[in-house]
Amino acid sequence: MSPADPCEKCEQMLQPFLDRELSAAEVTEAEEHLNACDFCRRRYRFEESLRRYVRLTASERMPPGLLDKIKELRGQPEGV
Amino acid sequence: MGEAEAEAGRRAATEARDRIRFEEDALEFADQVYRVARRLVSSREEAEDLVQDTYARAFRSWRSFTPGTNMRAWLLRILTNLNLDRGRKVQRTPDLQPLEEGDYYLANRLAASEGEQELEHDRVVERLSQDGVVNALSELPHDFRDVVVLVDIGEFSYADAAQILDVPIGTVMSRLHRGRRILKHKLAEESLG
Repeated sequence: MSPADPCEKCEQMLQPFLDRELSAAEVTEAEEHLNACDFCRRRYRFEESLRRYVRLTASERMPPGLLDKIKELRGQPEGV
Repeated sequence: MGEAEAEAGRRAATEARDRIRFEEDALEFADQVYRVARRLVSSREEAEDLVQDTYARAFRSWRSFTPGTNMRAWLLRILTNLNLDRGRKVQRTPDLQPLEEGDYYLANRLAASEGEQELEHDRVVERLSQDGVVNALSELPHDFRDVVVLVDIGEFSYADAAQILDVPIGTVMSRLHRGRRILKHKLAEESLG
């Protein structure tokens, strides 16, 4: 890949783009490239699905009973 | 009753209300705190202990929380500190491969095996098993895992993650970047061999 390869730049921007951490100008730049480039758009969609999938599959609900145990910890003497 | 006594009584009542409000607010985050804790440690029992220790400390030191700031991040900061204090196993920095393939590595590997057009479909990710994702996360080196779990499971911003872990935001970004690449490598290995 040449340093000027727009897809390389897009790859670098993809993660912060998905994390919503890009500036408005960078978002516009990334969106323009995604609109014009099938390859990056597929990868963007894949990364977005992967992110969701990881969040859903690796996210475990609090076990029953834990909240009650936590509630019992209230009202202890103060201090660190 | 003297004026001073009445004033002290009012102050005590206000404080009690503030404390109860704090406790109720903190309890609202219990499930979200647990979800992050569960992926930072290896067993459910450890995660439950860690969350209870976190709340015990949070309830005792409620005055050090600044109202109006991010309470979920505040709780997670206590939790990650406790997790470090517990002396989680000292981990040799693993020999990290150069990982020159980049952020698109897993997508490129799946595209090569499924066909480029298939990447349009969400179900491509279903080739990755739930156990595979959980295992891959658990195998990440701690420093990388902390950041990936906070941002990808806890949905914290880079700035919040930096504050929770007490590292510069640039460190969060580089660990996140590298951690996600390692994760994708592991997922590719597990699902594609």
